[in-house]
Order: sequence, then C-alpha cells, then structure tokens
Amino acid sequence: MIYFDKVTKRYGDMAALEEVTLSVAPKEFVSIVGHSGAGKTTLLKLLLAEERPSEGAVFFESIDVNDLPSSALHHYRRKIGMVFQDFRLIPNKTAYENIAFAMEAAGRTDDEIASDVPYILELVNLADKAPLFPDQLSGGEKQRIAIGRAIINQPDIVVADEPTGSLDPINTYEIVEILKKINELGTTIIITTHNKGVVEAVGKRVVTIDRGRLVRDDAEGKYVL
Amino acid sequence: MKWMVVKRVLVGGGKNFVRGGAVSAATVLIMTVTLAIISSLVFLSALLSFTLNTIKDKVDVSVYFVTTASEQEILAVKDQLEKLPQVSSVTYTSAADALTAFRARHANDQLTLQALDQLGGNPLDASLEVRAKDPSEYESIVSFLEASPALSSDGTSLVDRINYAQNKDVIDRLSLAIQATREIGLAVVVLFAIASILIAFATIRLAIYTAKDEIAVMRLVGASNAYIQGPFIVAGIITGITAAATVLLLLWPATWYAGARTENWFGGFSLAGYYSSHFSIFFSILALSGILLGAFASVLAIRKYLRV
Repeated sequence: MIYFDKVTKRYGDMAALEEVTLSVAPKEFVSIVGHSGAGKTTLLKLLLAEERPSEGAVFFESIDVNDLPSSALHHYRRKIGMVFQDFRLIPNKTAYENIAFAMEAAGRTDDEIASDVPYILELVNLADKAPLFPDQLSGGEKQRIAIGRAIINQPDIVVADEPTGSLDPINTYEIVEILKKINELGTTIIITTHNKGVVEAVGKRVVTIDRGRLVRDDAEGKYVL
Repeated sequence: MKWMVVKRVLVGGGKNFVRGGAVSAATVLIMTVTLAIISSLVFLSALLSFTLNTIKDKVDVSVYFVTTASEQEILAVKDQLEKLPQVSSVTYTSAADALTAFRARHANDQLTLQALDQLGGNPLDASLEVRAKDPSEYESIVSFLEASPALSSDGTSLVDRINYAQNKDVIDRLSLAIQATREIGLAVVVLFAIASILIAFATIRLAIYTAKDEIAVMRLVGASNAYIQGPFIVAGIITGITAAATVLLLLWPATWYAGARTENWFGGFSLAGYYSSHFSIFFSILALSGILLGAFASVLAIRKYLRV
C-alpha cells in the first residue's frame, strides 16, 4: 500500500532522512518511534506530499506521490486522514463544523454530512460538544475531534503525528483505544510517537528511526532506543 | 452540485466575516477610510472642473464692427462663426444695445455721460462676443476671421478690431494654468488612490495572515485551492460592500454639513447638491472599488499560502 524506496531528504547539507526503505501493508498499525529530530515527522510529510524527497521515491498504491501534479494533490490527500500533536482544528469553526469541513472539501452532500457527522461525534464520545469552538474544548476533546475529522471521509489510511504528545495519561489511553478501534474496522494506521506506553498499548509493528536512518523494524516490537 | 459548492463558499465567507470580530472590524475601518479618500478625490475633481469652467466662462473674444456694417452683415458673420466646431457660443450686441449698456454702467458718472452727449450720435460699435469651447482655441478662431475677412458690398472690411491681442497673454496663461492644474490634479488623485489602495491591501493581507494555519489545515484535509480561497474572497467582498455602504451613508450628513459652510467659498459649488445629483456615480464607484479591492486583495494575499 505504501512504499518508501531508498528515500533521502536533505535540508541544505543536513540529511533529515537517509536511504529509508519501508513498506506498509493495508490494515496494518505501524508505530514509528525515535528521538525528537530523528526524522519521524519528515517521513509523514513526504507521505502527505508536503515535502519532496531529495532522492528515492514514495509510492502510495503503486503511484509515485512525487509525480502527482499540484492540481491532483487535494484528491490524493483525501485518501489520508491526518492527526497532529497540536490538533490543528480550525479555530473559528465549531466541533461539528471542523468535522463537516473535511466532508464539504471532499464534495459530499448536505444530507451525507447531516447523517455522518453526528455518527462520528458519537464514535469519539463528543456528541454533546458539537456546537462548541476548539478553545472551549479540552486537549483530549480537541484530539478526538481531530480524529473524527481524519476518519469522516473513510480514508484508506490514518496518519497521526505524535497524537498523544500534548495529552495526559487518561486522554492518551482514550486516543490509543480509538485508534485501535479504527484499525480493527480495517483502516491502516501509522503513528509517530516517543511515548513508550503508547507503543506498548498498541502492541503492533514498531519501526525505529535514529538520526534519519531506519534502524529497527519489528513485527510486534517494543520501544527500544 | 455546483450550486452546493457556491452556497457553501458564500455561507463560509459570511461566517468568516462575522466570526472575524475585531479583525473584520479593523479591515472594514481601513477600507472605509480608503473609500472615503477615493470619494473625496471625486469631489476634488468635480470642484476643480467647476472652478476651471467658471474661469473659462469669463474668457471671451469680442469682434467689433465698423459703424457702417449692417445688422444683416454682422449676423452673417455670426452664422459663420457658429458653424466653427471650436466655438461654444456667439452673442450679438448691436450698437444701440452697447450704448444702453454703457449708459447704465456709467449712470453715476455724469462727466462721462456729458462727454458722450457732446459727441452726438452713437460712437459705439456693434460687436460679437465669441466664446470658445476651450481657451486654447481662441487663436484659431481669430485666425479664421483674419484669413477670411468679412467684407461689405463696397469691398471694405466689416471688422473694425478684435480684442484678442490685448487678451492673448491672459488667455495663454490661463490655458497653461488650466492644463497644469488638470495634470497635477490627476497626478494627485492617482497618487492618493494608489496609497490608500495599498493600505487597504496590507490590512487584508494581515487579516489573512492570521488565518494561515487554518489554510494549511484546509489543504491537509484535501480542500482544493478554489474551495479554500472562496470564503476568503467572499469575506473580502463583504468587507468592501460594508465599507462602501458606510461611506455612502456618512457622505449625506458630511456633504450637507460641509457644503453649507463652503458653498460661498467654493464660488457656488454645492457639495451636498453635487452628491445627491451624482449619487448613482458615487454608488457605482464606491461599490465597485470596494468589491474589487476586497476580492483582489484577498486573492493576492491568500495565494502565497496555497503553494505546495
């Protein structure tokens, strides 16, 4: 489904990633671990086509992401649900509107939005928070809204960049449980984290990156750094 | 499907504007000042034209005829002059009318009137007062009269004298002044308009800068560039329309108040009268400027955040 073929990404003289080769199969749950600055976020940016590799290629369903013209990028990104450590909700939209926006952007009808958004809000246990704006929500609630937004268009894959980085242990546990549930329903999940508890709670494949290089890839690995 | 997208963009733009709060209010305020400057430049331009036309109306060239010239002969010259494209009007004053006007003008000057009586008869000539459409055209009118002199039946010239030579210096200087005032006035208007438009642009750019993270999120959830831009452009247009409406409303009391105090000073030019008689022009200029300024500034400001 996803294949990084000897991908190197340099910023000036500094290599953020060096010759990383990695494949992810459909329905997998992959945790990418590493210290801050190891290259985890760069890996995700390359997958989202926010950055272009200096060398190598990134394939998504056999399509070289770098070959996509700018005009096709938004179609490509609709296949990927993104979750960020800092939530990145639109501040002047309510919880409901933040989730609905992803559907509107994908050209879904008002009827579809009216039926799907309440369902997703129920799924992330935030049905009663629908009319609230992001600054009226707690960190855990914001992240659950962000997950709702990421999955509303039923993407092939959900990519979460340090999704629990700003959360307390209870909210972290809730987020991990939601992501596991989404994975069980058949969606591929890739998360980056340096939280040992998260990796162990997930208990699935662990890819370790250190100073831009892929150093470990364990099918049911543990957090080893 | 397309209508659904248009509806969402319009609703999104409206919500952006309302939820923008202080930022929206500040942008409207700056745009209001910009449009107020543009409308004051329209007034300035009108006042300039009014003043120049008033001065131009005071300039003419008089053609005096010999006392032997008959009224029919003079009226024939008048017809010829009226056919010239550069002539605005020709007024005939008979010798008798000239004498009556002279007596009326010197009613309190008994010495002059006695001298006139001692001369006997009417020493004044009949004349044609010629007004050109533009002061710079007097020379060509005089050239026409000199090149094809009006002759009486005995072959002598009907024209006694033309006062152009005495007025030439004044007319030339006035033509130059009018031309310079027009050019400088236009330059000032363009300069002020550009300066105020740049300020409005900068404000809208600043308003969109505050939304750059929001734009990045929209891109990441798969929104197309057009779908991201749409609501910002709509919000820009709403800002422009609100500012234009504010200026149009404020101009009523402002022109009424200022007009009452400046009408005499401006030589009879009424600001309120001009505003009410040209309201449709003000409405068109301000509404169009507001809409174009808001939309164009939004498109330019958001473009840099849409680059991949």
